[in-house]
Amino acid sequence: MSFINYAAREINVKIVFYGPGLGGKTTNLQYIYEKSNPQQKGKLISLATETDRTLFFDFLPLDLGSVRGFKTRFHLYTVPGQVFYDASRKLILKGVDGVVLVSDSQEARMDANIESMKNLEDNLDENGFDLKSIPYVLQFNKRDLPTAVAVDKMYRVLNFKGEPTFEAIAVQGMGVFETLKAVAKQVLYELRRR
Amino acid sequence: MSHSLVLYEEEFERITQLLNRLRIDASAKIVFLVDKNGQQIAGAGEIDQVDTTSLASLTAGNVAATDGLAKLIGEKEFSILFHEGRKDNIHISIVGQRLILVVIFDERSSLGLVRLRVRKASNDVERVLSDIELKAQEVGIEEAESPFAEITDEDIDALFSE
Repeated sequence: MSFINYAAREINVKIVFYGPGLGGKTTNLQYIYEKSNPQQKGKLISLATETDRTLFFDFLPLDLGSVRGFKTRFHLYTVPGQVFYDASRKLILKGVDGVVLVSDSQEARMDANIESMKNLEDNLDENGFDLKSIPYVLQFNKRDLPTAVAVDKMYRVLNFKGEPTFEAIAVQGMGVFETLKAVAKQVLYELRRR
Repeated sequence: MSHSLVLYEEEFERITQLLNRLRIDASAKIVFLVDKNGQQIAGAGEIDQVDTTSLASLTAGNVAATDGLAKLIGEKEFSILFHEGRKDNIHISIVGQRLILVVIFDERSSLGLVRLRVRKASNDVERVLSDIELKAQEVGIEEAESPFAEITDEDIDALFSE
């Protein structure tokens, strides 16, 4: 749920990076943080365990500039990917405006990708959203790994409504901004439509 | 899907005034209003001393997690959270089910005083909140004038031109 502040002439939207554990959600945010201008970004907050696994969420506020005199502020969140953190995932989807599913291209993780997508659908539903209509982008991460499944096969399995889909190597930054841009665009179009 | 929260100048001023008054009445350092999704709404006091964006998102996360805990044990919500530090303390309370009021104070004030003043201020903020919702409904029916209604593809592309 976006927040339009006429007094400050600001619009705030919330984007959530979803996906299976160790799929690269935090890495996406870290790359965006590294490559953004200091004036554009706030602090990157990571609530993680001692072994750097996301415990609750990562958070990165990002100013993308002005549209029609309104500052656009994107609040990027990740969820903890590990299956047993489901209660936390549900909380983070509250008030979401757009979702990125960061899937892991490795053959061994295909079931985890599918499970995560189903979990996303359920948790969106519990928050009153529908995966079919919410701004949504799919990312195939870790394309550089030798065990990566062919793109067209992943597309057949994971893409279900022709949503924009990007190949990525998040550690190198490939596909990261393309993904962000695609979801941000959809969110802004959605604002126009309303 | 729930609709956007829209805040106009007039209500923003009213809220800011209420927060300023609360800050003085409660002898607090900072008073801050956030929505449950982690968007900051308004603040008063030494807000330039803290990273307000992070404060907003962590507060919302904190409240969301505590809400989850409440439901687990069969409570509707824990409407007040209090964190005590060595110097500074944080008092967090839910206002009108959708907003969070954060008060940061030190030894110049006390938990009792803060609780007392927050109770009164919450009612006032709640009143403004219901005005905002009323206004949103009226505007929604009349014209639904969104600043983004006429946004073009070029506008959106321009955001990503760099």
